[in-house]
Amino acid sequence: MSTLLFVILSSFLFGLLLFAIGQKSFRRITWFASLLPVSLFFYFLSYLTGTSTGEVFDSSIEWVPSLDINFDFRIDGLATLFTLLITGIGSLVFIYTIKYLKGHRHLMRFYAYLSIFMGAMLGLVTANNLITLFIFWELTSISSFFLIGFNNTDRSSRKSAITALSITGLGGLSLLAFAVLLGTLTGTYTISEMLQHPAVFSEHPYSTYLLIFLFLAAFTKSAQFPFHFWLPGAMKAPTPVSTYLHSATMVKAGIYLLLRFSPHFSMNEYFHLILLVFGGFTMLYAAFHTLFRTDLKGILAYSTIGALGIIVFLLGIGTALSITAAIVFIIVHALYKASLFLVTGTIDHQTGTRDITKLGGLRKFLLPLSIAGLLAAISSAGIPPSIGFLGKDLIYESTLHSPYSSLLTTTAVITNIFMVFAGFAVGWKPFAGQVPSTIETVKKPHFILWLAPLMLAVTGIIFGIFPGIIDHLFVTGITDQLSSGTAPHLKLWHGFTFILVLSAITIAGGLLIYKFWKISHKKERAIHRLENISPKNILLQTANYFEQFAYFLTRVFQNGYLRRYVMILLVLLTIVFGVHIFINPRIFLSLKEIRGLEISEIVVCLIMVLSILYTVFTKSRLSAIAGMGVLGYSMCFIFLFYSAPDLAMTQFSIDTLTVILFVLVLYRLPKYLKLSNSTNRIRDGIIATSFGTFLAFTIIEIMNETPLKTTTAFYAENAYELAKGKNIVNVILVDFRGFDTMIEITVLSIAAIGVFALLKLYLKKHEK
Amino acid sequence: MEILLAIMTGILYAAGIYLILRRSLVKLIIGIVVLGNGVNLLIFLMGGLVKGQPPIIPKDSHHIEGIFADPVPQALILTAIVISFGLQSFAIVLIKRAYKVLQTDDIDAMNKTDDIE
Repeated sequence: MSTLLFVILSSFLFGLLLFAIGQKSFRRITWFASLLPVSLFFYFLSYLTGTSTGEVFDSSIEWVPSLDINFDFRIDGLATLFTLLITGIGSLVFIYTIKYLKGHRHLMRFYAYLSIFMGAMLGLVTANNLITLFIFWELTSISSFFLIGFNNTDRSSRKSAITALSITGLGGLSLLAFAVLLGTLTGTYTISEMLQHPAVFSEHPYSTYLLIFLFLAAFTKSAQFPFHFWLPGAMKAPTPVSTYLHSATMVKAGIYLLLRFSPHFSMNEYFHLILLVFGGFTMLYAAFHTLFRTDLKGILAYSTIGALGIIVFLLGIGTALSITAAIVFIIVHALYKASLFLVTGTIDHQTGTRDITKLGGLRKFLLPLSIAGLLAAISSAGIPPSIGFLGKDLIYESTLHSPYSSLLTTTAVITNIFMVFAGFAVGWKPFAGQVPSTIETVKKPHFILWLAPLMLAVTGIIFGIFPGIIDHLFVTGITDQLSSGTAPHLKLWHGFTFILVLSAITIAGGLLIYKFWKISHKKERAIHRLENISPKNILLQTANYFEQFAYFLTRVFQNGYLRRYVMILLVLLTIVFGVHIFINPRIFLSLKEIRGLEISEIVVCLIMVLSILYTVFTKSRLSAIAGMGVLGYSMCFIFLFYSAPDLAMTQFSIDTLTVILFVLVLYRLPKYLKLSNSTNRIRDGIIATSFGTFLAFTIIEIMNETPLKTTTAFYAENAYELAKGKNIVNVILVDFRGFDTMIEITVLSIAAIGVFALLKLYLKKHEK
Repeated sequence: MEILLAIMTGILYAAGIYLILRRSLVKLIIGIVVLGNGVNLLIFLMGGLVKGQPPIIPKDSHHIEGIFADPVPQALILTAIVISFGLQSFAIVLIKRAYKVLQTDDIDAMNKTDDIE
């Protein structure tokens, strides 16, 4: 087994192991759980020296080779970046949670879900087989569902979890369609090999479908408009989950997918155009919405959507420069947003509220935390010397060097102004100003609760001061891999350029809004009035109609009345028969046949008709059984007339047995009641008669065809030669199809045992 | 005769279906028996009707020649008759047992497990 597969599976195994350990023992060894992401972090760090110079590491284990589905993993620059984000932020989240959820009833469960999620995410970003990637993709959705609904006693948590699962699940299905279609068109599921079929991605008539499926998958996962609304709902999860899944890693899976396939689609003009439109709209829409939220996590949710929009937007520009900008911004965003989330978590943990209108002046109590918040806000605002400044520079540089530079640059500047506001609103506002009267004192948090966000925020500043680190380790390699152009080298200071002016405008604008815009519940309510036409409401309403429709269908077809089921089937069959006969009447009566009748045959048929009528219309159960018996004996005669002595014998004995059994067993049943009214009887009569009539017509039609007799000829030929029997029917039953007969005997024995058991069953009093 | 038997099959099906659509369990079982006879007759007809030539190889010969009744549908029907006896006997005893426990013969009074509320 390859090491890489084991490493990825280790997270799953660990998650399952936790369930085996159990809640009580786990509580004593919570620290131990953090060893997993930390050691994985160092493991993936070891790849960095290779991948930064463009080396790739492949590892493959056969899984379903006949379908070309294998555990192919490939670690390249892009994969390393994501694995390090996953395990690095994962480590901090694992450690942070020890104190954040200390003493929680389901702590063990939490870590198990988190480990499984981490494994799925690692698998997703290293998979080189599209089907394997899809499986890990779905696993991230499923673990996200469990984590959002972690507070499973809370109704709104469960609802958010289901919304998130259905939206990302929709994307998952679409990814599967993408994978299968692409696999069929290129003949391989290996992602790196698909590059050898560039025509499929740009010129093939199905390339449009490929694009639709890919975008549906990526946009649902990465919360792009109009699928963005599951992300604010997902904030119902405990804050470490929001930090990890819904900001730093899982929501970037869609981005990862787009990045991974951007070389494949590089010649497809629509690929970039659509990304540009959706990304641009999402970032403006979401960034603007941050103004109207009062919950710290609500602001963060919308600014996350905005940031994801920015990345999609950058991919849409599609130059080497913009891809560099996207990569840098992924790092920037992961660092400052995770930090802000953890800061929010600690505030919530210590004060019990996340309502921004009720918070202020917390720097007096939580000084180290406030430093973390401020540094993260600085990075988010793009103020030098943070890495955010660098990220923002690159965004403007990309928009300025694109075809529609003025439009795109304006969009980016407006978005970033709001993002500056959002960063400060979350990172600084709770710490600034006066302590509101509602807060008297705040307990000092455990050092982990401020150290984790501080570490992330400081890392952002360090990378900003020494941009060479990420430039050398990630950016150059990935840009070379994903685009044909050459990557620019990262520098913090470019001198006094137009970009610097734009940065200054952004920061000044954002800070002005921060100073003068009062966040209030009234404004939040005002924007809520627009909810009716929001994509969320429209989609949920549609889902609701589906549910009602399904309920209606079930009520109609699965109503618990056997009659109804039989009737639906019969009516449908009758219609099929009827339509066939009316469209294509091929029935002709030949008089010759009728003349061939003998008197004995006519008598038998008459007896049959009479006994049938008697069985159906009699008011006594015993008479009905007698009629049934007479019917069976008439069948004997028919078999006898037409050369089937074996059948006549069997029919005779079985019919006798059946009648005896009926009479014996049903002797003391209640009165033979007429339970239905006349309307029902007429309706059933019409259904039965028309079915019988159409059937008779169809039989006459079929009898005009000459039957195929090859099987018969075989038995007639070989009955004596191979089986030494002269009665062909018997030979078929006991020799040629002897195995069937044996199974038939088994069935009969089972029925006999059942009959015996039912007869011998004595019920206890309460069961009667 | 074929046409007469085709009509008989139609009548058997119609009667069987009508009985199956009743609410009484006993009628349901009788309906299944009647329908079973109809099915057997249908298979029998499809094999073609031959008079006085059962599919039995003559004493002094190794082969059967000329026109003879088709043994394949006969084998099928034989199996069907026997199996349906197994089904009927089990169903009859089950009805008896159900009546003892539930004191009713009405199918509509027995549909609770299938009901969604």
